[in-house]
Amino acid sequence: MINTRDILETITMIEDEHLDVRTITMGISLLDCADENIDKACVKVYDKICRYAKDLVKTGEDISKEYGIPIIHKRISVTPIAMIAAPCQGRNPVKFAQALERASQSTGVNFIGGYSALVHKGFAPGDYALIESIPEALSVTEHVCSSVNIGSTKTGINMDAVAKMGRIVRQTAELTADRDCIGAAKLVVFCNAPEDNPFMAGAFHGPGEPDCVINVGVSGPGVVRAALAKAGDCDITAVADLVKKTAFKITRTGQLVAQEASRRLCVPFGIIDLSLAPTPAIGDSVAHILEEMGLESCGAHGTTAALALLNDAVKKGGVMASSHVGGLSGAFIPVTEDAGMIDAARSGALSITKLEAMTAVCSVGLDMIVVPGDTTAEIISGIIADEAAIGMVNSKTTAVRLIPAIGKKAGEELNFGGLLGEGPVMEVNRSSPARFISRGGRIPAPMQSLKN
Amino acid sequence: MRAVITVIGKDMVGILAKVSNECADAHVNITEVTQSILQDLFAMIMMVDITHSSIPFDELVDRMTKLGEAQNLKIHVMHEDIFNSMHRI
Repeated sequence: MINTRDILETITMIEDEHLDVRTITMGISLLDCADENIDKACVKVYDKICRYAKDLVKTGEDISKEYGIPIIHKRISVTPIAMIAAPCQGRNPVKFAQALERASQSTGVNFIGGYSALVHKGFAPGDYALIESIPEALSVTEHVCSSVNIGSTKTGINMDAVAKMGRIVRQTAELTADRDCIGAAKLVVFCNAPEDNPFMAGAFHGPGEPDCVINVGVSGPGVVRAALAKAGDCDITAVADLVKKTAFKITRTGQLVAQEASRRLCVPFGIIDLSLAPTPAIGDSVAHILEEMGLESCGAHGTTAALALLNDAVKKGGVMASSHVGGLSGAFIPVTEDAGMIDAARSGALSITKLEAMTAVCSVGLDMIVVPGDTTAEIISGIIADEAAIGMVNSKTTAVRLIPAIGKKAGEELNFGGLLGEGPVMEVNRSSPARFISRGGRIPAPMQSLKN
Repeated sequence: MRAVITVIGKDMVGILAKVSNECADAHVNITEVTQSILQDLFAMIMMVDITHSSIPFDELVDRMTKLGEAQNLKIHVMHEDIFNSMHRI
């Protein structure tokens, strides 16, 4: 029989420590839906998504009930729409966003990602129009998420795209200013975007992926924190060890759910994303793990080191627990989605500069950060360029998801509600990078090593 | 298929009887039971075989949850694989 203590431990993790499987994301290729007639293409897109994902939500709920583990989100990622929209020159790609929105409502998923373009080396047909349409697409839809990859370690950074995205982020916030600028919370600018990421808002189904695939994102910051709290005053080696063991257990549940979902939906299993994804709920915070390690507040000196330890230990524990690992895999630090981060930002302990340093050692990047409404497009582009440079040089994924709070100043707050949370407007450095950004061109790919 | 039923709550007369009655009604065979009482807290773990259950698994979960709510107990019914995968390599 299974050990009584183990059974009670699992139940405590789920009941009291917010252990959950964060998302089952079905990746669907839309490459066969392209058509010169945009209306025909939209019908094909809608039909294919609904056909493949019709049982996704029900299956997720069934598994959740049978195994007693909450599965919070059921989501869909699709081929970057810029590729599908390429043959429809001169037509407004927002029609695709509306088709995706209808599909999300028909299937019951809570987000659908892939209103995306990959422009890390340059703009192909479809990319330009799609990027220009992002502000409108995100304001007329509710469940559609958008992402743009503007750089990679192999290609360098497309500075024309960086300049453009600064403007697009601002416009997206402006068009949804009446709804707490929520449009910008659904738009991610990537460097080294993963093709199999199950987490929103940056999920898309890469062109190298199979026709359909199941990817699962795990969670569980509360479990890690509780384990550290029980351990008391042990040394850092023991802390790393404990995080590793806990991450193993968390990931095993994800692996089980992924295999079961894959079997029931008759869709191949892709990857497990080993991420500690916080929510605004008390006890589900990555910042609180860092504080449990001994920092007075997230953002204190020592935060980057603590986060590096956490991020690495999560991967080491998770890799052994899962047959295939991918996506973003690491600790997330979205400010408005993490109760501890929100407090640290409100008290002034956490600044954007510190967050930028933290992104060098953990997954993702400057995520869900609210900036003043009068932040210029050039400054946003500057932030994107900095973050992309960190990703490019360190061969890792970095991303920027900033929300310019239109009409608000530092110290005021935005409230998105739900999982996107709430947070204070954080001040940015006002010195202008305008001339640097307006130069355009590409930052050459970095030297990785002199291998020969 | 085997499942694990856990019952946690304040100790009182007849917990075991009520839970096992519910199992018998649903044709669920109890294969092992362990229980302990720590101070006032009652914790019982049952391994059950649901292969010949007369009701679907989710209905069993609902019935047990309802029983738990009525008796002020926390009753979980979970597939055994969740524990196997988490605690065994």
